[in-house]
Amino acid sequence: MSLSPEVETQATDTLAMSPEEKATIDTILAENAGKPGATMLVLTLVQENVGYISPPMQAYIAEALDVPLSHLYGVLTFYSFFRMAPIGRHKISICLGTACYVRGGPMLIEKFQQVLGIGMDQTTEDGRFTLEVCRCVGACSQAPVVMIDDDILGRVNPSDVAKLLRKYK
Amino acid sequence: MVYRAHILISGDAACIAKGARDVEAALWEAVQELNLKDEVQILEVSSLGHSDQGPEIVIYPDGTDYVNLTPEDAKFIIEEHLLKGRPVERLTYREPPSLPLPPPSEKEVRVVLENVGKIDPENIEDYIAMDGYMALGKVLGEMTPEEVIEELKISGLRGRGGAGFPTWLKWTLARNAPGDMKYVICNGDEGDPGAFMNRSVLEGDPHSVIEGMAIAAYAIGASQGYFYVRAEYPIAIQTLRAAIKQARDYGLLGEHIFGADFSFDLEVRMGAGAFVCGEETALMQSIEGARGMPRTRPPYPATAGLWGNPTNINNVETYANVPKIIHKGGSWFASMGTDKSKGTKTFAIAGKVERTGLIEVPLGMTIREIVYDVGGGVLGGKKFKAVQTGGPMGGCIPEQYLDLPVDYEHLKEVGSMMGSGGFVVMDEDTCMVDIARFFMEFTQDESCGKCVPCRVGTRRMLEILNRICAGEGRPGDIETLEELAVYIRDGSLCGLGQGAPNPVLSTLQYFRDEYEAHIYDKTCPAKVCKGLIEYKINPEACIGCTRCARNCPVNAIEGKPKQTHVIDADICIRCGVCKQVCPVDAVYVE
Ligand SMILES: Cc1cc2nc3c(=O)[nH]c(=O)nc-3n(C[C@H](O)[C@H](O)[C@H](O)COP(=O)(O)O)c2cc1C
Ligand code: FES
Repeated sequence: MSLSPEVETQATDTLAMSPEEKATIDTILAENAGKPGATMLVLTLVQENVGYISPPMQAYIAEALDVPLSHLYGVLTFYSFFRMAPIGRHKISICLGTACYVRGGPMLIEKFQQVLGIGMDQTTEDGRFTLEVCRCVGACSQAPVVMIDDDILGRVNPSDVAKLLRKYK
Repeated sequence: MVYRAHILISGDAACIAKGARDVEAALWEAVQELNLKDEVQILEVSSLGHSDQGPEIVIYPDGTDYVNLTPEDAKFIIEEHLLKGRPVERLTYREPPSLPLPPPSEKEVRVVLENVGKIDPENIEDYIAMDGYMALGKVLGEMTPEEVIEELKISGLRGRGGAGFPTWLKWTLARNAPGDMKYVICNGDEGDPGAFMNRSVLEGDPHSVIEGMAIAAYAIGASQGYFYVRAEYPIAIQTLRAAIKQARDYGLLGEHIFGADFSFDLEVRMGAGAFVCGEETALMQSIEGARGMPRTRPPYPATAGLWGNPTNINNVETYANVPKIIHKGGSWFASMGTDKSKGTKTFAIAGKVERTGLIEVPLGMTIREIVYDVGGGVLGGKKFKAVQTGGPMGGCIPEQYLDLPVDYEHLKEVGSMMGSGGFVVMDEDTCMVDIARFFMEFTQDESCGKCVPCRVGTRRMLEILNRICAGEGRPGDIETLEELAVYIRDGSLCGLGQGAPNPVLSTLQYFRDEYEAHIYDKTCPAKVCKGLIEYKINPEACIGCTRCARNCPVNAIEGKPKQTHVIDADICIRCGVCKQVCPVDAVYVE
């Protein structure tokens, strides 16, 4: 459910890697480039530690791993977890797994969109929140579930949404 | 003045409400009494982060965080921590366990979940204290690989990841496959969007899975193993990484384990949000660093798996059962369950049921027992309508089969399947067409696109279902769905496409009248489908509290405080928020 790759690429073409990002990527490459199946491994680790994989990073990683950029791009676009652009400071993922769907997930989607004034897969103008849907975070007994960053919030009531967000600056 | 220690006490409203002031007074008193007032400074600050567990203090320089304090605790901490220099473990803040596991109901039998919630997953010694790694020691010291496999055969253990393939047979095939390099893989992708059994085991008892994998590696002759865990489970990934490191430090992974001629090591690989990667061949593609698309079988992974080498792949729960079987014997395991389905199975009961959560029951328990005895019955005493098992490839089982034993064969007979253990209860307020549509949306989204019938077919089916739910169903839609279902099932390579039509077929089989009501009468009997319902406010009941109006995402509700509110049907998007937030149940659906 991410934005289509074209849209994201356009928005980030100008994004150069920051020195910190480059350093993180270099460490990941140094530790993993030689391992079998390195493409996926490096991409998941960069996503985990940097938060996104911009086009310049893609080119850099492809070169370092000695794989065609097209291959890397193909892998990147296959998996919905990878992002090509940075997201807001806080990521809100509304669960739409079966349990959450049955217990009111769709309702929360409407409510969050209203409170934040953005649609799904969008980021608020101040860069504070990005809103997205996820499938089952494994807390179904607490349905409906919303994940904000690493916090799992269970039994979320639509009327509490605005209050919930206050904590995340 | 230079202080030796600083105590910060949280003075936020929640902590004060729970007695922070008294705790603070006790701190002062104890500091005076013990003559520490020149060494220790007490400062009231705003929140320290865990107000839900207040009163809370943090002591510097070491930064120990104490929560849920009483005045007596405060005094004790001053004596122990500041006078004697011994932090008080029992009062320190601990990360809440991510999935609180309620005590089992009487009918449960915990094998896989035995340690979950009881031991500290970060501490290998806790696991060892529960007889952990005894089975591996026994296997390496006393058993040949053939004997290990024989024990599994006696146990009757079948794969817990979906299809229920006999584990001993899978291991035998991998053992007999020629090859110098062999692998074991643990499938921790847990893609079923309503299930979290594997996650609980990985987070709560990671060593049981590691031990099971090591035993499998010994049995088939592998030296390298991989965990494949979905990126959505960051805690499980971290727990596993830590557990693997500890096992290495203890010599339970690595070279010459237990001094035997057996070496085995493990690595964690992450998925990245593709459901199809739970399918074994796609999973291996993904580990290899490619797009996770399934390939034709045979060759099966047992002969040509990871990088073309013989590979054994099992589910998390399958592996977690193995140490117990070796330790207590195959016949002990076989004494539980039914004729063909042995042992226990974990289920994630969710949906409209009183006690949701993780359970483990002997196979063969009836749906009725699971829903009513273990799950406490349908939420709010409503009427049971169906239970969905098997995830997006499974089906819905109606009321008439409440007494069906839950095992591999019986679930299949009624058009569903075991899957990994999702168990979603649905009541009279659940629309079966909407549920079918929900699953089709999921599979359509997750289809990898390799097979045309799956890629295009699921989309066509979804379009029809969307139309039906929007109130624009046409005569002939049901028949088209049935026809497409056959094409997709027969024309797809992997289980995703083959199983994708299942939710539609099973709901059509048992709830055809609901489809017909949508199409011909333009009504949704469960009052769910947005195109066919209208939200209204009962003027008799409305107390004019304005809560619905304030919460409506599209401002469709008019009304002044203390006056009856009205919903404008033209603006209303039928999200149901108003019904949910109304304190007096004045909102109803028509
Ligand atoms: C679309 C699809 C998704 C699957 N997802 C999972 C999964 O999340 N976890 C799992 O253990 N098996 C999953 N499987 C089954 C695996 O292909 C494989 O059969 C299983 O991991 C074998 O382990 P077992 O013998 O221990 O059950 C899936 C299969 C298909 C077709
Ligand atoms: S369905 Fe939402 S957490 Fe599982």
